[in-house]
This record gives sequence, structure tokens and C-alpha cells, in this order.
Amino acid sequence: MISISQVSKQYKGAPRAALEEISLEIDKGEFVFLVGASGSGKSSLMRMILREDIPTSGSIHVLGENLIGIPNRRVPHFRRKVGVVFQDFRLLPNKTAAQNVAFSLEVIGKSRGFISEAVPDVLRLVGLEDKANSLPSELSGGEQQRIALARAIVNKPAILLADEPTGNLDPTTSIDIMALLDRINLSGTTIVMATHDRGIVDRGQKRVIELSQGKIIRDARGASYGETQ
Amino acid sequence: MGIAIKRNLSMVISVILVTFISLTFVGTAGLLQQQIGSMKTYWYDKAQVAIYLCTETSPAEVCPQGEASKDIQKTVTKRLKSKTLKPYIDTFYFENHKQAYKTFQKEFKDNSVAKYVTPEQLNETFWVNLKDPNQAPIIIESFNGLSGVEEVKDQRTYLDQIFSILNIASLAALSIAALMLFSAVLLISTTIRLSAVMRRREIGIMRLVGASNFYIQLPFILEGVVAGVIGSLLAGGAIIGIVQVFVQGFLAKQLPFTSFVGIPDALALLPLLVLAGGGLAAIAAATAIRRYLRV
Repeated sequence: MISISQVSKQYKGAPRAALEEISLEIDKGEFVFLVGASGSGKSSLMRMILREDIPTSGSIHVLGENLIGIPNRRVPHFRRKVGVVFQDFRLLPNKTAAQNVAFSLEVIGKSRGFISEAVPDVLRLVGLEDKANSLPSELSGGEQQRIALARAIVNKPAILLADEPTGNLDPTTSIDIMALLDRINLSGTTIVMATHDRGIVDRGQKRVIELSQGKIIRDARGASYGETQ
Repeated sequence: MGIAIKRNLSMVISVILVTFISLTFVGTAGLLQQQIGSMKTYWYDKAQVAIYLCTETSPAEVCPQGEASKDIQKTVTKRLKSKTLKPYIDTFYFENHKQAYKTFQKEFKDNSVAKYVTPEQLNETFWVNLKDPNQAPIIIESFNGLSGVEEVKDQRTYLDQIFSILNIASLAALSIAALMLFSAVLLISTTIRLSAVMRRREIGIMRLVGASNFYIQLPFILEGVVAGVIGSLLAGGAIIGIVQVFVQGFLAKQLPFTSFVGIPDALALLPLLVLAGGGLAAIAAATAIRRYLRV
């Protein structure tokens, strides 16, 4: 599903490599926590998996695509198979919850008929069918993140990348979001989640990959957050 | 797209104006070229070769024996009627001092020079109309250096000076146009950069969810092209206006025997201008997008 081999990334002008000889395999249906201090390379790794960036050396294969050699025009089609959510939700402020979800389907050319069925379905899945017509500013942080999740999974991606999805949420809301992510994972979607939230990782007891200074220092299943702050 | 245009209305208007003015210059230069072309065919056909005979006041190095004698007139006439030259000549006539003086007085009516000139100072001249004006060198060769002949002159050399001035004018118009088109390209690219910045949220999300490059870039290209096409349509209108009011309404009335460019010529330029305006905008937009809307 995700196969990374000997990946290094050196950004121009940076004193040390953002990623150094990273190798890892993530199988279909796995739920992986990516932990490590700020600047340890979590975000860089996520960007590589989404092909927002290309490594300096090494190889990355995601969903059967070789992300080093993939031509630019195929990148959008690749990204349709990968959902993403962020700490800051990234919703369009002038569109309602339903419109935000629908927008992501419109821009990849889905039919009106498909959109009018898929959007209410996915809003129901995240438990916000009654907030369909609210603007993001009228929603709580947790609700906004649910909308962002709805948008990320409405196209039924095989992989969901979550970059600190609970970073802006209070603990109770975070638990709700985690429950939702678990459900998405149970339906077969592979999830890679970068997080700083010790409580969530400890409760999850899932596979934990810990990065430090661009290197993998731990890759353990059924693990806890560890020593890093 | 509509929203994008509304958001950068002032930028879009400046793109329209710059394209409008620069393409008006391009169109004017084009019409001027056509005008030069049609004047060339018209005047070249009428242009004569003049064989100027020596006068008393001619410079001694070409006319050592002073005023040309009657014999020389006869020699020239004979040679013009000879088998070798006849096939090239349509008609010719001789103009003596008196006739030359009359013509001169008429042409320089308001010029003080007319008062001082005497008939003897003006050359007696053979005016030769050729069947093909391009063959003037044949006449020039056969009479140049003949004693009693001061100079053989193809009138087209005078016309060429006028045309070269007109050519320089149209070149100047084209260079101004090139400069302005360059600034139009820069403006278009700035406009696109601006609207890309203003829409970076949407664009970011579109990229994340996998909208195709074409889908993301098309509105920006359309924005540039629409502005460019509007500008070029305005330029086309301006050129038609110039032809209607200035050329047909003024020049054609002042100089009734000259053929001037007309509305059909201006209309024929219109699609070219639209193509140039739209195409240039599209290229500028596409390049700008490559720089500011990386995938």
C-alpha cells in the first residue's frame, strides 16, 4: 500500500536533512501513528506520501504508483485516492458544510446526481447531517474537523493522511474524532496520523513510528507514545 | 471565473486598456503598410524617367559645352525611337524651357523661389513613360554620360524616399506596440499572480482533492484571454473609427485622386488583432500559471 525505501530529503539551505534514509512499509487497513518532536520529519514524510514533494533520493510507492517517476498530469488522479485532513481544517469560509464537501467532488468532475447522494451520506457518517447548511464559522472546532474528514473520505480514498487532526481540539472532542477515525479505519481505509497527543496514542495501542531528526528511531505495533515530548 | 474577474476588476481593466492601445498601434502600422503598398502600385505605374538636358547654369563637369544644342535633342529622340529602346517605352514627350517654367510656376506658386527662377535655368527634359517601370535602369544606362545630358533620373527614387519615411513611421508604431504588448504580458502575469494569491485556499483544496491541472488553471487562462479579446475588439473598433473619420472622412476628401485604405481593409485586420490579443493573453497566462500555480 505504502512502500518507502531509503528516502532522504535535503531542503535547500537547511543545515541537516529533513529525512534520512527512511524505509517503511504500511499495509492495507493499518492505522499508524507518526510521532516525534516538531521538526523531526513527520510533515515532510506526509508530504512525500501525498507527492507534494519529491525526495532527494530513495523510492516511494503508494497505491501502486511510483511517486518519483509519476508524470505531473497523473498526480491529480493519484491524489483522488488519498484523503487528507489537517490541524487547521482548511474549509472554505464562504461555503456551507455541505458545499465544502460537494466542492471537492465538483472539482474532480463528479456528476450532480452523484454529489447529491454522496454528500448527505458522508455527512450522516460523520454525524453532522443536521449541520449541512451551516457555515464553518457557525460550527465548533470538532464539527469543522468532522466536515474536513467528511470531505477527505467522500471519494472513498484507500488512504487517509491526518496531520495532527486533533491538534486544535479539546480532549473530549479529540476522542470523538478518534472514534470517527477508527470507524473509517474499520471500513478498510489505511490511516496514517501524525500527532503530538500522548493520550490518544497511548489509548490507541496501535502501530507507532517515531521519528527523530529525520530518522526512524522506533517502529512498534501495539505501542505507546514513548519518551519524546 | 466571474468571481475572479470581479475581484481584480481594476487589474483586468488595465489589461484591457493596455492590449487595446498596443493593438491599435499594431493595427495602424498594418494599415499604413497596406497604404504604402497601394500607393506604391499606383505611383510606380505613373512614375517617369526624366532625361534632363544641360542648361547654361549646369555644373561644368557634366556639361562642359553649356546649353544642350538642338542636335542633342535629335540624338536623344532618335535613340528613344531606336529598335533597342522602343520595346520598353510606352510614350515619351519633350518639355522645353518655356513649358518647364510654366509647370514650375504652377507647382511652386506660393514659394518665393518662383520669383527668382528664369526659364533658362530650368532643364529641357524628355519625359519617358516605360511599359514596365522596373526597367528604368535600361534608360538610365543608355543616356547617362551622353554629352549634353545633365542627368537621367528615375522618379521612383523620389517616391522611395517618401515610402521609406512612411515605413519608418509604421516601424515606430510597431516598436511602440511591441513595448506596450510586453507590458500587457507583464500585467497579465501580475493579475494572475494576484488572483492566485487571493484564491490560494480554494486552489490548495482543489489540489489536495485531486482536481486536474486543467480544471484549476482554466479560469485563470480564460480571465486573461477574455481581457485580451475585449482589448483587441476595442482596438479593432478604434481602427475602424480612424479609417472612417480620418482616412475616408478627411484624407480621401483632401486628396481625391489617391486610393486610401477603406473599412474593408480595417475589417480584414480585425480577426488578426483578436487572434493576436487572445493568443498573447493565453500565452502570458499559461506562463504565469506555470510559475505561480505549481502542482
